[in-house]
Amino acid sequence: MISQSSLARRVPFSLRALTLGFLALWIVIALFPLLWITVMSFRLPVDALASNPLTVLLGPRTLAAGEGLSILDALLSVAVFFAVVRVIARQASPLAARLSLAESPALGWLLSGALLGIAALVVLAGLLPPALRLAAWLVRPIPGVGMLAEPVIGFTARHYVAVWAGHGFWRNFVNSLTVTAGVVTISLTFGTLAGYAFARNGSRLAFFLLIAALIFRALPNSTLVAGYLPFFVRSRELLQPLWDAPVLGSVLSLFAEHPPTLYGKPIAVIAALVAINQPFTIWMLRSFFQTVPSELDEAARVDGCSHFGAFRRVIMPVMWPGVITTGLFSFLLAYNDYLVCALLLDAQSQTMVPAISQFFNRETTSTDQIEAIAAAVSITAPLFLLVMVFQKQIVSGLTAGAVKG
Amino acid sequence: MKTRTFAAFVAPSLAMMLLFIALPLVSVLLQSTENTRRIFKEELVERCTPGFPAPTCEKERRQMPVMDASGNPVTERVFVGLENFRTLLKTEQIAGMIAEGRSLWQAISAVDFYRALAFTLIFTFITLPLVIGVGLAIAIALNATVQAIRGPIIFISLLPFIITPVIGALSIRWLFTGDGLMTAALRHLVGQDVSPLSNSWSIALLMMLYRVWHVAPFAFVIFYAGLQTLDNDTVDASVVDGASRFERLRYVVLPHLAPLILFVALIHLMDAYRMFDEVVGFASQAYVISLQWLTFELLMPDNTGNRAIGRASASAVLTMIGIVILLVPLIRRTWRDQKGR
Repeated sequence: MISQSSLARRVPFSLRALTLGFLALWIVIALFPLLWITVMSFRLPVDALASNPLTVLLGPRTLAAGEGLSILDALLSVAVFFAVVRVIARQASPLAARLSLAESPALGWLLSGALLGIAALVVLAGLLPPALRLAAWLVRPIPGVGMLAEPVIGFTARHYVAVWAGHGFWRNFVNSLTVTAGVVTISLTFGTLAGYAFARNGSRLAFFLLIAALIFRALPNSTLVAGYLPFFVRSRELLQPLWDAPVLGSVLSLFAEHPPTLYGKPIAVIAALVAINQPFTIWMLRSFFQTVPSELDEAARVDGCSHFGAFRRVIMPVMWPGVITTGLFSFLLAYNDYLVCALLLDAQSQTMVPAISQFFNRETTSTDQIEAIAAAVSITAPLFLLVMVFQKQIVSGLTAGAVKG
Repeated sequence: MKTRTFAAFVAPSLAMMLLFIALPLVSVLLQSTENTRRIFKEELVERCTPGFPAPTCEKERRQMPVMDASGNPVTERVFVGLENFRTLLKTEQIAGMIAEGRSLWQAISAVDFYRALAFTLIFTFITLPLVIGVGLAIAIALNATVQAIRGPIIFISLLPFIITPVIGALSIRWLFTGDGLMTAALRHLVGQDVSPLSNSWSIALLMMLYRVWHVAPFAFVIFYAGLQTLDNDTVDASVVDGASRFERLRYVVLPHLAPLILFVALIHLMDAYRMFDEVVGFASQAYVISLQWLTFELLMPDNTGNRAIGRASASAVLTMIGIVILLVPLIRRTWRDQKGR
């Protein structure tokens, strides 16, 4: 670009060094806390809680306990990890296209995400450890190269095993998955319909509703939960009149004999989170729909499509980037939520983030503390993959509302 | 689009918002004027103590809680007017303490609600300039580097923003625990024993640092996108006119970014006022609390399994009044902007 080398781009060396130094400092600050807890989670408590940072990094006592990682292991794991990330980044979109049954890309993305996620889990947690052992066994007898297979750095996965298998964290993971999948699917279905309508209707009513949604977005979640809680706890008796009603009651009885107690039900949390998320979803999707020219749906209407037909057949196919971006933010809201899930779910149906408090509030022994750290790293790992795959969409989502005004 | 089609398209979304946002708001307003009480009734109880030749028995009238079929106490909701608000605000206690000659600050820090309000506001207004400043600095610095390293830097910068807030707060807290890495470093630096997590001011400082670490990337991405639309000719013209580097920043770049700075400021204002996850992550409730945490705490069941719904609703209503006051400028601005289109 010519403008890149314009007058303003002539920067003296000192300033350039200062800029790079500042960015380097920021990178360290941004990354360090996350890297550090990841390192700690793979050490025995004696090493992880040592006051000398080198001890934490190298884990000598973890190594002495017979749990270590050789140079060969490290190289192979890094290679496999990057291969997996690459495959996910490359294959997610084509696979989604192939799996989109009945012309529904949303289903395709959901299926392809689930498939790739399970595949990554099988490769990294299931196949990699035996493969490493096999490689070490093969390499060790070779003179000269054999020392590469000797453990040099302490490394243990026992805290992860304890958290996931011992403390049943996988149950919380399944609950998180249920809640997140439900929130993303429903809020996108409702949100695209409403966002499209708001983008195509400039009436006073539409404008008033948009402003109301903006006010709703600012409400603290605890305010809304204070409204749900008494109702959810007593919903069984409060909803009884509906079940006793003449016609409606017999229809409802087909689904359940008694009205449900909504407290502790994932479905109730999904509904609450969808509603909390709806204002943001509508505003974001509206700004994406505004970039699609309205001549497109007018053309489809002239060709004999209904409004909904034009929306489904003509507008949605060009809207997928915007929908995926919005879906990502819905995912983050549901996945990261603490307050709503902690108050509306009980111990059996708890999601991962509130469940972690059972580890860090205990923290009686040093093992508990490292297990809490391992649980925290487990929660962060999917988010890390998410940023890797969807970096472009996240940036475009953040700037969608702001830059256009 | 006709109003009927419009209504059909927005109906599901609107129904959700009415049912799960508007309706709960109304019920919170009603609940804040009510209290749940157990129903008692007077019963004749016979108490006997073993004795010889016959146990001595005496009859006594007692207030007994009414139980339902499954053995749970029956409760009723009673209208109590503004009592819940009075319990929260403790106006008489404050007046009493000031009359005793204590300072206003002492009186305020004795009541949870004022403690939460004060810290929420301090937190919001200290982090606001820091978030904008750090975000701007990263955006301007990144914009001055070569294209090749921008992608990786944006990737790493997004991590603190996208991470679960409670986990992010925990990851910083663990660095500053008794045997944490940063505590050891601080000890080495100061030369004496320090424990950052057992002081109000240092834990508050850490919470603010966490928030800046968490939100600055958001500000950065928005400002960085804004810088991409900066017209290079304008910058060149200012160079020809003899503007120094600082003057260029002050009179060309910042005015260009002004709407975005306002946008980030307002989003941050809304989000920081709702601050909650930091209190959980840093377990700071003994030192500093926020308004939303206060409502949360009242909603959690206490040792006897009761939830203080009435007082929680009162606290929620007061929090809402605060957000409305903060929001008025934003709503007025958006109203004007969207009208102008």
